[in-house]
Order: sequence, then C-alpha cells, then structure tokens
Amino acid sequence: MRITPARTQRAAAIVLWTLAACTIGVLVFVVGFILARGLPHLTWGFLTESPRSMGREGGVLPMIVGTLWVTGLAVLIAAPIGVGTAVYLTEYTREGRLTAVIRFGADCLAGIPSIIFGLFGFVFFVITLGLGLSVLSGALTLALMVLPTIIRTSEEAIRAVPRAYRDVSYGLGSTRWQMVTKVVLRSALPGIGTGIVLAVGRSISETAAVMLTAGSALGLPQSVFDSSRTMALHFYIMSREGISMANAYATGSVLILSIMAINLAAYWLMRRFVAKAA
Amino acid sequence: MKQDRVISLVLLAVAMSAISGLAVITAFIFKEGLPIITKVGLGGFILSSDWYPQEGEFGILPMIVGSLAVTAGAMIIGAVLGLGCAIVLTQFCPPRLVAVLKPCIELLAGIPSVVYGFIGVTILVPFIRDHLGGPGLSVLASSIVLGVMVVPTVTSISVDALRAVPRSYREGSLALGATGWQTTHMVMLKAARSGIAAAIILGMGRAVGETMAVIMVAGNTLEAPHSLLDPVRTLTSNIALEMGYAAGDHRRALFATGVILFVIIMILNTIALAVSRRRAGKAGRA
Repeated sequence: MRITPARTQRAAAIVLWTLAACTIGVLVFVVGFILARGLPHLTWGFLTESPRSMGREGGVLPMIVGTLWVTGLAVLIAAPIGVGTAVYLTEYTREGRLTAVIRFGADCLAGIPSIIFGLFGFVFFVITLGLGLSVLSGALTLALMVLPTIIRTSEEAIRAVPRAYRDVSYGLGSTRWQMVTKVVLRSALPGIGTGIVLAVGRSISETAAVMLTAGSALGLPQSVFDSSRTMALHFYIMSREGISMANAYATGSVLILSIMAINLAAYWLMRRFVAKAA
Repeated sequence: MKQDRVISLVLLAVAMSAISGLAVITAFIFKEGLPIITKVGLGGFILSSDWYPQEGEFGILPMIVGSLAVTAGAMIIGAVLGLGCAIVLTQFCPPRLVAVLKPCIELLAGIPSVVYGFIGVTILVPFIRDHLGGPGLSVLASSIVLGVMVVPTVTSISVDALRAVPRSYREGSLALGATGWQTTHMVMLKAARSGIAAAIILGMGRAVGETMAVIMVAGNTLEAPHSLLDPVRTLTSNIALEMGYAAGDHRRALFATGVILFVIIMILNTIALAVSRRRAGKAGRA
C-alpha cells in the first residue's frame, strides 16, 4: 500500500478524532461515575442535615454553607478589584510600562499553584494578621487566586465594546466616569459576568488553598472568623480517610452538579454577550 | 475634571493590587523559606535525599525528581491529547460540533482536582496494580491523572494560537492542492508553533503545581522513583501532607520547598510569556 496524501489525511483524521473522543470519554466517565454512585445517596436530608460521627452519617449542610460563604466572600472581594483593574487598563491609561507591569502581575498570579497560595494565606492571613483558620482567611486567599481570571475576562469584555458607543456617550456630554459606568460596563456586563461565574467555579473546586487557610472544622460557621470545611475538602477527607464512601460519592455529586450548573451559566452568559456584540 | 483625576488615581491603586499581591506572596514565601535554605545550604537542600524533619535533615532531591518525572509523564499525555483536541476543534470539526466540544473541554477544567484524584485512586490505581504490577500508586498513575487535567490548558491556548493564524495561510495552502492534514502540519502548526509552545509550557506549570490529585494517586514515599510503577512524592504533596502538623524548622523547610516550587513556576511562566510575546510581535499585533 503506497502512502498517498489522501491516505495520510484519512489516518490523521482518525488519530485526531480518536484523541478528541478519548478526552470527551474521560469527561463523560468521570461525571457519570460520580453521579451514578452518588445520586442514589443524594437526598433532601443529606443537603439539610449536619454530619454525625465525623461525617459517617448525616448530611453536609455546614459544608454547603461554608462553601457559599468562602466562595461568595472571595468573589465579592475579587470582583470589584478585578473589574476596576480592567477599567483602568482599558479606559484610563495608554499601553506603556505601567500596563505591562500590571499585566505581568496578573499573568504571574494566574500561574502560581494553589498550594503556594495556601502557604501564603496561612502565614499572612492566618498567622500574621491573626485571622486564624477562618472563612475570612480562606476567602481572602481565594480572592487573590481568582483575581487574574476576573481581570482577563473583564478586560476582554470591555475591549469588545464598540468604539462608537464611547464616542456617542462623549458626544452627549458625559464625563469619562459616566461613559464607563453607564455605557461601557453596562454593555460589557454579560462578558464580565462570565468571568465572575468562572471565578465562582474555581473557588468551589479549590482544595489545597482552603485546607491551609479555612481549616476543616465540621460545625456550621457562625461568623466569618469561624473555621469552616468546604465541600471539596470534605470530599477529599471523606474519601481519603475512607469514612463513608456513600457520603463521599454524594458530596462529589453535589460538587459535580454545581460545577456543571456554573459552567452552563458561564456559557449562556457568553453566548448572550457574543450575540449582543454581533 | 478634578473628579476624573481622583477616579483615575483610585483605579490605578486598585489596578496595582495584582502586582502588589504577587510581591507580598513572594516576600512572605521567601521570608519563611529562605532561612532554612541558607542554614543547610542550597546544595544541601536540593541535592540531598535525606528528609528527616524530626532530626533536622531537610533534603528534597527525591521530591524534585518526583515532580519532574510526574510532570514529564503528564506532558506527554497532556500535550498529545490537548494538541489533538485543539487541531480537531480548529481544523477538522464542523462549527456546530465545536459548540458542543468546546464547553465539554471547559467543563473538564472546572471539575475539582480532588475528583480526578478520587477517580484515579478508585479505578486507575487498582488497574495498574493488577495488570502492570507494583503498588499501583505510582509515577504512571500520577502522570495519567495530571495529563488529563492539563488538557484544557493546552487545548484552550493552542486553539487561540491556531485561530490567530491568518485565514489566507490556510486558504492559500488548500488552494495549492494540499490536503487538510498537509495544511495543518505544514502551515498551521508551523505558523502557530510559538503559541503552542506557550500552551505546553503553561500546561507544565499546572502539572508541577497540582497538589490534591497527586497526593491521592502518587503514593508519597520519600524515595526517588526508579521506574514508572514506583510510588513518588512531589514538591507540592510534600507541603500539603506535612503542613498540618509541622512546626518550627520543619514548617520553615516546607516553606523552603514552596520557594523551590515558586522558582520553578516563575521560570516556566517567564518562558511562556517570552514565547507568546514573540508570537504577538510576529503577528503584527501591538
């Protein structure tokens, strides 16, 4: 059999499609495996009860609350800073050495492993600032971690707003700040929203950094200074220490379902944004 | 106008938070970690294989070797799968299917690393133990789990690089009678190669830095691995495993492990930035 371009083309197509199919296969398998074993244990009681005997029985209510607190607070801190940075980079300055430095900072921050964030959060927020293992320490650490995501997506969204919108706004006599808040940010909102939703997803899945900063207390956090175990960490502890496989799978299912919902939301927002820009 | 000036200054202050965050992180990690490195000497720290924190012996060579081995393995799998997906998405796939495949790969990035680790330890590890031998918890298992985890990074950056190649390149090649695959590997991959290189380097950074999944499937022994089936401990898992109970010099040694990890990541990031900047320059974008 001679090696003709047409045959190589066919062989290449087969190999490449197989690779793509393998990747999708892994995804389907991971999601399917956890859901198949977890959904049967996922009851209303599981979501609304506190764990008993170290999580062997009972539910995950404190972890859900803890995850919501840590994630919500982290995004609440990171979103204004991230969007503010993006506004500064796009509307308030010209490209130069300063923007290069700001971008370098964001790019490097994006590449730092979560365990380093954990170490830093532990020595800085937990010990130096005296916040202890707490929701607040965890949230501050995660806020730093998701900041680059929010900066980058917001910047892209703001840059995609047509020049004409700005010109018209100026033409109507608005100040720069009015133009930014009433025109640019409003039309970039779905794009910015995508970034924020992705940041929520990253915070929910994070384990290493929250383990060192928010701790692993089983109780319901009463304030931001209480230690709290997040869902991802609970899943890790349950499965690694073999406390209860049924509860581990159910916890995993809640995690997977929330990540899927978050990704769908991000995708939907993005489509809306693209449809609007076109 | 005065108001505009104030807003501008406030926004500048906000915009400096990322770089100042980076500076504070660097300062604190080094402040905590450097004393131990100067105490045992950089050579003694990274070239010794004796990690006995109780006796004050801190040598992290096995962890460095472990991280490198696991990362190399992960990149073989991650680069092949990730680049394959990127080529399919940009060159071979009808747009309607792209609308399904791309979100799937993004979902792969969203799944928590503990879930990957868990699947690894419940399925992959017993499989390796039963069919290939060894304890199952191994370099191989870690490489496969990490390889899958870096696919989204490699794919999304490679897709951007391939999409940035001017349409005329592809059309020109097809018009000259080249097949789709010839066009892909002779024109597209060549034109996008610095972007693809950046994608692989950033993927490498993710693999080196991943913690929880590796802890679950690597076995975490203190000895450097001799084969793919040997258990292994990485720099990241060394920190996460012992941080819970470490104190004094032991804790400082874990921070020092963080310093080494930090340096490795910064080198990889800088290379990736330099490579992708060169691409931006070449494509004529400012």
